[in-house]
Amino acid sequence: MDLDPKIPEAPIESMWDTHKEHMRLVGPRNRPNYKVIVVGTGLAGASAASSMAAMGYQVDAFCFQDSPRRAHSIAAQGGINASKDYRNDGDSTYRLFYDTQKGGDYRSREANVWRLAQLSTDIIDQAVAQGVPFAREYGGMLANRSFGGVLVERTFYCRGETGQQLLLGACSALANQIHAGGVTLHARKELLDVVVIDDRARGIVTRDLVTGAIESHAADAVVLATGGYSNVYYLSTNAKGCNVTATWRAHKRGAGFANPCYNQIHPTCIPVAGEHQAKLTLMSESLRNDGRIWVPRKPADQRNPADIPEADRYYYLEERYPRFGNLVPRDVASRNAKEVCDEKLGVGPSGLGVYLDFRDAIQDKGKTVIGGRYENLFTMYEKITGDNPWQSPMRIFPAPHYTMGGLWVDYNLMSNLSGLFAIGEANFSDHGANRLGASSMMQCLADGYFIIPLTIGDYLSRYPYGDVDTSHPAFADAEREVKGRMDHLMSIQGSETVESLHRELGRVMWDKCGIARNADGLQEALKKIPEIRDRFWNDLRITGSGQKLNQTLEHAGRLADFLEFSELMCRDALARDESCGCHFRDEHQTEEGEALRDDDNFSHVSVWEHQGTDKEPIMHKEPLSFEALPLAQRNYKT
Amino acid sequence: MNFTLKVWRQDDAKDGGHLEKYQIEDIEPTCSFLEMMDILNEQLTEQNHEPVAFDSDCREGICGMCSMVINGQPHGPNDGTTTCQLYMRHFNDGDQITIEPWRSVAFPVVRDLVVDRSAFDRITQAGGYINVHSGPKPDPNSVPIEPDIAEEALDAACCIGCGACVAACPNGAAMLYTSAKVAHLGLLPQGQPERFERVQNMVHQMEDEGFGSCRNYAECEAACPKEISIKFIGKMNRDYLRSTLLLPVDRRGRMDSQ
Ligand SMILES: Cc1cc2nc3c(=O)[nH]c(=O)nc-3n(C[C@H](O)[C@H](O)[C@H](O)COP(=O)(O)OP(=O)(O)OC[C@H]3O[C@@H](n4cnc5c(N)ncnc54)[C@H](O)[C@@H]3O)c2cc1C
Ligand code: FES
Repeated sequence: MDLDPKIPEAPIESMWDTHKEHMRLVGPRNRPNYKVIVVGTGLAGASAASSMAAMGYQVDAFCFQDSPRRAHSIAAQGGINASKDYRNDGDSTYRLFYDTQKGGDYRSREANVWRLAQLSTDIIDQAVAQGVPFAREYGGMLANRSFGGVLVERTFYCRGETGQQLLLGACSALANQIHAGGVTLHARKELLDVVVIDDRARGIVTRDLVTGAIESHAADAVVLATGGYSNVYYLSTNAKGCNVTATWRAHKRGAGFANPCYNQIHPTCIPVAGEHQAKLTLMSESLRNDGRIWVPRKPADQRNPADIPEADRYYYLEERYPRFGNLVPRDVASRNAKEVCDEKLGVGPSGLGVYLDFRDAIQDKGKTVIGGRYENLFTMYEKITGDNPWQSPMRIFPAPHYTMGGLWVDYNLMSNLSGLFAIGEANFSDHGANRLGASSMMQCLADGYFIIPLTIGDYLSRYPYGDVDTSHPAFADAEREVKGRMDHLMSIQGSETVESLHRELGRVMWDKCGIARNADGLQEALKKIPEIRDRFWNDLRITGSGQKLNQTLEHAGRLADFLEFSELMCRDALARDESCGCHFRDEHQTEEGEALRDDDNFSHVSVWEHQGTDKEPIMHKEPLSFEALPLAQRNYKT
Repeated sequence: MNFTLKVWRQDDAKDGGHLEKYQIEDIEPTCSFLEMMDILNEQLTEQNHEPVAFDSDCREGICGMCSMVINGQPHGPNDGTTTCQLYMRHFNDGDQITIEPWRSVAFPVVRDLVVDRSAFDRITQAGGYINVHSGPKPDPNSVPIEPDIAEEALDAACCIGCGACVAACPNGAAMLYTSAKVAHLGLLPQGQPERFERVQNMVHQMEDEGFGSCRNYAECEAACPKEISIKFIGKMNRDYLRSTLLLPVDRRGRMDSQ
């Protein structure tokens, strides 16, 4: 497997500019001859498809929802970072690079992170030009807020719906290009295979979710912008449809999968209410500024929280981390919540929850101040739970939220398969072992608006256009395989439902490969997953037909891939015998319970090569170097 | 809690469709409406029947995918709430609940509760954008925008495109949806160059899609989960009128052919 990251020979500050100057170009008259497939219309996909079409390329855009605007990116809340330094607080490209690199616990590729920081400011300019109504100050200038893990104010926002507004901006550019004829939209179509001919990605096979038709699409290049895989846990903050299918199918066709075990668990989500729970909702992390986190000292204390006296309350973060208290980093907060619940101190019907209490803050600061800060969050909490946070403490619990792992890509965002690109959450490149808040949208849009439109030209210019079409036998083969898989799923006619099997997989992954992992647990998961997979393929029940809209069949296809992918996640977590960022191995921690890296042995990207479904995959390493920012123990305490 | 559900079942666009009755028992009050539908679907699968098809994705009120008419009301009884944000505790034990798809000629039923809303996308494609390519742009602070204007633009821009406005309108009009986009861009300085062309193109597309005309019933505003105001319809009408006076006929056509 060729894992040359193709980092340009130039000082990091001028690397991207130098690279742009030397990239090969496709001339404007020639661009309409090239066809590019973009799968996904989230922030990454919509920005990429619209930018490339505006340059003149023919673009085919795909999404499984009924409209591109409904991609999961729509749900992002808090904001997007850019090192504009509008606040005059010393922000710069270097500082954003530094924060991202440190936040990722030194497990990302410096060259990519630097470029991300550099492009961050252009994204804001682009979005404003499209009409994104960012918050403004009285004088009409753009407003900023601050976010976790940084000491400057660089986050731009539209109330609590920044993702929605940025996506609508990108989708309006997409709509413009659809109208102009540059983009052909394929909504309600799901990628089920990638077609690789002579080591080059030459197209995809999709299923029309309304008619069940299996169709081939050929192109000169394929871009995957299909998002993250947090739904391997069944319950996560992601939208229900988020899946690993596209990247997993590409992996099975030869693309390297990097760092699958890096996934972020967000500490402040609304806990599971019962067996019926279908997904989890994120509550803004800002609540930890004023809320105090506690559990009762006695296990199974059934008293109303208001009736529990001070002495019987365990403010575990304040006691364990006297200096940082409730504001410890995301991963530490999540791990501690799990620990107290493991000790049976958790609250709520399931025992999987901790209190986030505003009583003292309301007393000290007054209702007006607290209301001004959190009113909308309190209302949202009440809407979902029916409990009023003004009167009783909120209950919160960590939930899977974001996946840093993804397809391995080089500096040009191309995977090891020629012509197969991966952008946005679907690739692995910029967030290392932990992503900082407000930086995913930044990466998606940097990839889509500014990087891929140029690097794709560099690739395409090396090949004649349209030298393969869907009459090539590789397409017929892939279609046959996909049809065979669909027919097989429909023919099992067993007794277990997709939902119940997915929940079961989710529980295994949460217990063994969640907030904290250890070798024994991971080994156990590696035994359990194949068992669930066997039951899935032998005892699954799907009713209805594959030739019509069949949402159970869609879900089954996605679960089939999660059932293979989850094994790779556990293998990767097992192989990475260190702790770093969100990957916390119980065996490796500092005395204070922080992640303890092993830089001598693990300063690399783990890239997995598929060998066949029942064969062990091979792990390759891309070594990481630390020149712009030397390695240091991550420390948020001093 | 126990409920009697009457659910619209329709095999595909050609099928006539009918309401089917189901009993559902032991539902927790903490269950969301869509989780209750998930449980129903599990039951149906176990009984070897086909589950009810319905759209949903984010399940937190922002993607605009969920779309059910519940007891005659798009998104059910609560104000400012999408179907996915409804909880069973908002209903009474023993209630009979009727669940139907959005009804509008412009939104044909695909299957059961799933409808085709691509007409909305085509309205946006006709002009719901500012023509800019990706690349270097002036610094945004070079054009100050009053915070009130930015906020008002956001009040309109927060439309989730669910289509409840159309489903609620006795005439099946898409005025609230269209006007929200027209107002969002028309309020901002960046949106001025194409302002009048935009409103013409979007309104004409809206008419071509077969949506009804607005008779000021204001049902759209009442049903909108984002509580978007009908004042934007007034704004759009004014812009449309001005545009008919201002615009030379077929300006876009001539520009495109240059
Ligand atoms: C609740 C929440 C809040 C967040 N808040 C923030 C924030 O404040 N700031 C921030 O920076 N980040 C935030 N994030 C993270 C951020 O939203 C996501 O990481 C980002 O939007 C991912 O965008 P994407 O374009 O890579 O993929 P997505 O938006 O997930 O889009 C994936 C696209 O791929 C398509 N697709 C997927 N699989 C297939 C297939 N097999 N076939 C066809 N199409 C397919 C889908 O239809 C969709 O169009 C938040 C995330 C969550 C869950
Ligand atoms: S499912 Fe997204 S708004 Fe209801």
